[in-house]
Amino acid sequence: MDKATPKRTLFRRATGSRELRRQPLFTGLSWLVLLLLYAPIAVLIVFSFNDNRSVVVWTEASLRWYETAIGNENVRKAAWISIQVALTATGVSTVIATMAALATTRGGDFRGKSAAIALINQPLMIPEIVTAIATLSFFSILRKLTGISGIGWLMLAHTVFCIPFAFMPIRARLADMSDTFELAAADLYAAPWQAFRHVTLPLLMPGILSGAMLAFVVSLDDVIITLLIAGPGETTLPLYILGQIRRGVTPEVNAVSTILILLTVAMVALTFALQRKRK
Amino acid sequence: MGQGVEHTLSAAESLRQAAAARSSAQRRRRLFLLLPAVTIIGIFGLAPLSIALLYSFLEPGTYGGVEWVFSTDAYVQFLFERDIFDDSLIFNSAYLQIFARSFGLALFTMCGTLLLGFPVAYFIAARPPEQRNFWLFAITLPFWTNLLIRTYSMLLIVRDEGFLNLTLMKLGVISEPIEMLYTDGAVLVGLVYSFLPFMILPIYASLEKFDFSLLEAGHDLYASRAQVFRHIVIPISRPGIVGGCALVLIPSLGAYITPELLGGGKKLMIGNLIAMQFGSGRNWPFGSAAALILMALVLVAMMISLRAGAEKESRHG
Repeated sequence: MDKATPKRTLFRRATGSRELRRQPLFTGLSWLVLLLLYAPIAVLIVFSFNDNRSVVVWTEASLRWYETAIGNENVRKAAWISIQVALTATGVSTVIATMAALATTRGGDFRGKSAAIALINQPLMIPEIVTAIATLSFFSILRKLTGISGIGWLMLAHTVFCIPFAFMPIRARLADMSDTFELAAADLYAAPWQAFRHVTLPLLMPGILSGAMLAFVVSLDDVIITLLIAGPGETTLPLYILGQIRRGVTPEVNAVSTILILLTVAMVALTFALQRKRK
Repeated sequence: MGQGVEHTLSAAESLRQAAAARSSAQRRRRLFLLLPAVTIIGIFGLAPLSIALLYSFLEPGTYGGVEWVFSTDAYVQFLFERDIFDDSLIFNSAYLQIFARSFGLALFTMCGTLLLGFPVAYFIAARPPEQRNFWLFAITLPFWTNLLIRTYSMLLIVRDEGFLNLTLMKLGVISEPIEMLYTDGAVLVGLVYSFLPFMILPIYASLEKFDFSLLEAGHDLYASRAQVFRHIVIPISRPGIVGGCALVLIPSLGAYITPELLGGGKKLMIGNLIAMQFGSGRNWPFGSAAALILMALVLVAMMISLRAGAEKESRHG
């Protein structure tokens, strides 16, 4: 039967299947969704270059609001605090997440493994506002007991919620990686540390970098937990933006937002590039 | 002969000992690697939740914080108001309304993201592989952009003197700005805008490996386009739909920034109510109780979604 099928019918069937998977309505809708996702951000960015106090009436292109923002001491201070907190949280959480990822992928099967993974992912499961108020309550007790105050508490809170974000890509990379090379190293009498340092770590590096970048972005963008935990003088960049929006919008907020957006986009694009390279 | 057997036995014994030593070394190494993550999240992730539970049964301090006196007032306060004069309880639905609004908005957000997200996910999965990367990148990128900034950009669009109103007025469609900000509609639009990628990505993941020739098979068996969709595409994407619904519902329920900026403090959601108790409200026990009730709601939603996901698996055996 099949052999007798004329070529033309085969051809028609092939195009028929392509037509079936195509839903013309879906195509239009998808482009519309893409447009709607980007339009508001595009408006925000365009009007950050507007030489006018208005955030929506265009007059002339200028870098006036970037000059204002960069010249503003509060913006610079907030940016410095954001960077300090994000770098600390990223560094600590990435090391901890890498260790945990090694234990859960290279440590064999053990009792409590899925419980350990669930515990590490716990910060992702709970609404952020709940984490925020619970951490505030806990820290207020600890602050009173230890008498320690300062930015360390904010860094600690950020580290906790950054761990699962760093953990996910590192663990995924380890799970994808065959352990052949590590076993070969062990066969050649490499000590566990040597095998890790010279075999596992270089292979794992793209995963670690993705994890670190996600952690950095997540820390840099956090609002709710920071809003509740941050003490006086610990205003991060998002908190500064929130305060300005509450007071009334100015193109300066657009300029600061645009800087933050570009920073995030650069980081995420880099992560994507790293992940594609590994494939 | 006997010596040979003994020799083999001792060799086996020493092998077993070596294996045991290796596995105990492995166990020690594993413990050392896991310890920091488990300790830090155990202490700073779980302990605070128990503190919140404890706080919800205490009395509020005058300037924030708590008085260490046992009380169930925080929970009673949800439904009743205490009369200042005779201390009697009067039913008060204000907080119930906030919970109902949050739940309603979260459900609408879920439906909205599903209606918009499913076609997009399907569309991406039906693209040739080289185009998929572009679409996935384009959909995920806004998700990594700061939620606060995205909400702010939405505020710029829907304000009275916002982009949308000014454009419509310039085009002569309307003569007066339409009041969109500080309405439930504005909050809903903001939530859908914020959480749409959470719906698209899991549905795409469930359709990614879908064999589109199955559509053809269905078609050959005289199924209509709608039937093919209903009986093939929907069942296959079901885990993605369930996962996406949970991923959208949970953060929508606890949303803070969106109702804060687009609802303008008039259209409160649970998240704002909770944050307020720890700020100007100075009622930490009530805030803790509200947070725990929110968490209970989220747990119920998660259990429903887990069951919905499991149902599918058992049906397919």
